[in-house]
Amino acid sequence: MSVPLSHVLIVASLMFAMGLGCVVAWRANVIMMLIGIEIMLNAVMLTFVGGSAHWGIADGQLFSLMLMALTSAEVSLALAMVVYLHRRKQTVDTDQFDSMKG
Amino acid sequence: MEATLFYILAAVLLIGILLAITARQVVRSIVYLVTSFFALALMFYLLGAPLIAAFEVIIYAGAIMVLFLFVIMMLELESPEKLPHPHLKNWLPALLLAGAVVGSLVVLLCSRLQAVPPGFIEIPVRQFAFALFKQYGVAVEVVSMQLLFALVGALYLGRRR
Repeated sequence: MSVPLSHVLIVASLMFAMGLGCVVAWRANVIMMLIGIEIMLNAVMLTFVGGSAHWGIADGQLFSLMLMALTSAEVSLALAMVVYLHRRKQTVDTDQFDSMKG
Repeated sequence: MEATLFYILAAVLLIGILLAITARQVVRSIVYLVTSFFALALMFYLLGAPLIAAFEVIIYAGAIMVLFLFVIMMLELESPEKLPHPHLKNWLPALLLAGAVVGSLVVLLCSRLQAVPPGFIEIPVRQFAFALFKQYGVAVEVVSMQLLFALVGALYLGRRR
């Protein structure tokens, strides 16, 4: 395939910028913030795979596999925490969770 | 031909993500995101990573996004119209940050216009598996421990008391 590496990096950075915007804009909804984090991690995976294909080394693909395992661990913990918080206050609005009382 | 396919998939990916982060309901956003992750998996396949493409479809679109859907359905959120939607005031810093990222990208591309030679090297699954289990065997063990910890933590957080 004859696509320059810079185009892959452009797509990945646009994706990262949109995920960052999602996290910053949806501060009122925990689930949308998690979705923004997912988008950013996928942009990083695209960068890894593009670099791996450009230099012909398998390490980038390996790191994207590790990133996938990390993301599944992160999402399972974060969604369990969302369920816990929703059970406590019946909302997913982050502004409601402003106290640190155990 | 493959390059054209790549650009079409990139357009599908970016439009899907744009619709996902501006959707009014979380479920719609998840469905848009699954669509764009399928496009991303095809891009991985075009970049010579068939195994990562398969894992993207199986793990991301198949497991993680379905987990999101499960949690959204389980939480019984109040009617989606009442959920707080970001105002223009909230979008402003997000647009500022995204603009900073895109602007630095433009500056970077304008300063170094000499192109790297196009062309990608496909990595066979044999080489991938060899590197994974010979070179990075410790990392595989660490990742398995991490998944175990996440499982225990999720069980602890989700128990009824």
